[in-house]
Amino acid sequence: MNAALETRGLCRSFGALAVASDIDFRLEPGARHALIGPNGAGKTTFVNLVTGVLAPSAGRILLDGDDVTQLPQAQRVKRGLARTFQINTLFRGLSVLENVSLAIAERRGVAGDMHRRTGSRREVVDEAYASLERLGLAAEAQRPVREISYGRQRLVELAVSLGLNPNVLLLDEPAAGVPSTESGIIVDVIESLPADIALLIIEHDMDLVFRLARRITVLVQGAVLIAGTPQEIAADPRVREVYLGERVRS
Amino acid sequence: MSDALARRAEPAVEALLRSHRFRAWEALPWLAAAAAFFVFPDYLALGSQILINILFALSLDLILGYAGIVTLGHAAFFGAGAYTAGLLAAHGWGEPLSGLVVAALVSGLLGLVSGAIILRTRALTLLMLTLVIAVMVQEAANKAGSITGGADGLQGMNVAPVLDLFRFDLYGRVAYLYSLAVLFLAWLAARRLVHSPFGRSLTGIRENEARMHAIGSPVFRRRLTIYVIAAALAGIAGALLAQTTQFVALEVLSFERSGAVLIMLILGGVGRLYGAFLGVPLYMILQDRFAQADPVYWDFWIGLLLIIVVMARSGALRAAWRTARRRWSGR
Repeated sequence: MNAALETRGLCRSFGALAVASDIDFRLEPGARHALIGPNGAGKTTFVNLVTGVLAPSAGRILLDGDDVTQLPQAQRVKRGLARTFQINTLFRGLSVLENVSLAIAERRGVAGDMHRRTGSRREVVDEAYASLERLGLAAEAQRPVREISYGRQRLVELAVSLGLNPNVLLLDEPAAGVPSTESGIIVDVIESLPADIALLIIEHDMDLVFRLARRITVLVQGAVLIAGTPQEIAADPRVREVYLGERVRS
Repeated sequence: MSDALARRAEPAVEALLRSHRFRAWEALPWLAAAAAFFVFPDYLALGSQILINILFALSLDLILGYAGIVTLGHAAFFGAGAYTAGLLAAHGWGEPLSGLVVAALVSGLLGLVSGAIILRTRALTLLMLTLVIAVMVQEAANKAGSITGGADGLQGMNVAPVLDLFRFDLYGRVAYLYSLAVLFLAWLAARRLVHSPFGRSLTGIRENEARMHAIGSPVFRRRLTIYVIAAALAGIAGALLAQTTQFVALEVLSFERSGAVLIMLILGGVGRLYGAFLGVPLYMILQDRFAQADPVYWDFWIGLLLIIVVMARSGALRAAWRTARRRWSGR
């Protein structure tokens, strides 16, 4: 069976600094996989390489067995790859409902229409609203994103990506910057995502990682240190050294 | 289940679906323009200039206000349209409506060719390239003096009556109504466009380009499309100027014109489609008044007004006022 997402020998350097070196990675269909590592380990770079924001210096990226290394971002999205951002990357002046509607319109291929077809437009907005209801955001549907709390914006960040009906969803620190009182809602949403979406969660919060992930990859200085089950990772002395050492310093 | 959801009328859904409906205040500019025709019969020449500049500013709003493309070279398209219509009329093709269409095509093509190159860049680079394109077009028109008339301007235009019925008159009545009719149709089209899914995706690009890429939007193609449409509209504005004044000067391609339309739009407000209707009359009427009161320094007063408007809009004016009051009461 093809991996939902696979990288082979993925490399990227900025000058002499290798931020991704020879990363072999497999994300199985329906996976709940976490990518962890100390600050500056290259986790977000990895997401940017996989999604096409950055071009790799070497290596290949495969989605469901197809090589997408040369495809632009938009084409990878069309093949079911979606991401969220570590720092909210939203349409701040637009309403919550319209933020999600934009993504749904793109997915349905109607976003380039120059005249408003009433029927298709209604389908898009209805779907967006239903999605907000599922995520508990319906009450804020009409409010501009910039006016709602950061924690609620994190949910919108998720809602926009979910509007793309992805097969593979990369979550870049989904609860970053959210007070613990609100992060529970985000974790609940992630836990309730359809089982057939392959999830890769990039996270610092170990409680969250061990709660969500069934498999963990540890990235250190742009290279894979180890991959395994949460138990294996927790027991590995190298991980403890790298990770706990880093935590004590910070 | 989705059918049940669709049938329940959610206020948020209905509000978003209704956002394109006409509002009563949108009739105001048209009532004002119609009233001006009767109230100021001696100012119809200025009136036509205002209407033409509104169309020009409207085209700029499409790219600046909706797609977030800042340009200092929008006059290139205005001028290309003016020369196209002018050359047609000077060489025996005086029918004005087809002149507008050809002008739109020429300017649109110029937008397509230049946009395909420069829209790959961003921010300051893009700004400089828009300026460079406009300077190049103006210099080309200057050098091709045997065709364009160069610095002397293009003369000998002979524009036929509109629809074979309405001959351009000395008082500028036909020019005014012709410009008004074209502006109205262009506004309807622009309005339709910005409320279409395509228009909303442009707003998305302005609000957050990175996210538009991440939701699979072909951002470059969308930006290029609106750039071409705006160029074509600017070309129609330029063609209107040529046809109603029966003359084309190199000034139609000038940096001053690119800068002035930007100022007019910012005065009226960007990204709302009515900014052009507010800013252009304000700027041009004030310019007319200031120039009579103070022929040498009228630019200064326009500049001062712009500073006040921009500061007021960014909230800087209120902040400055508060600081001043605090300092004052502190002493």
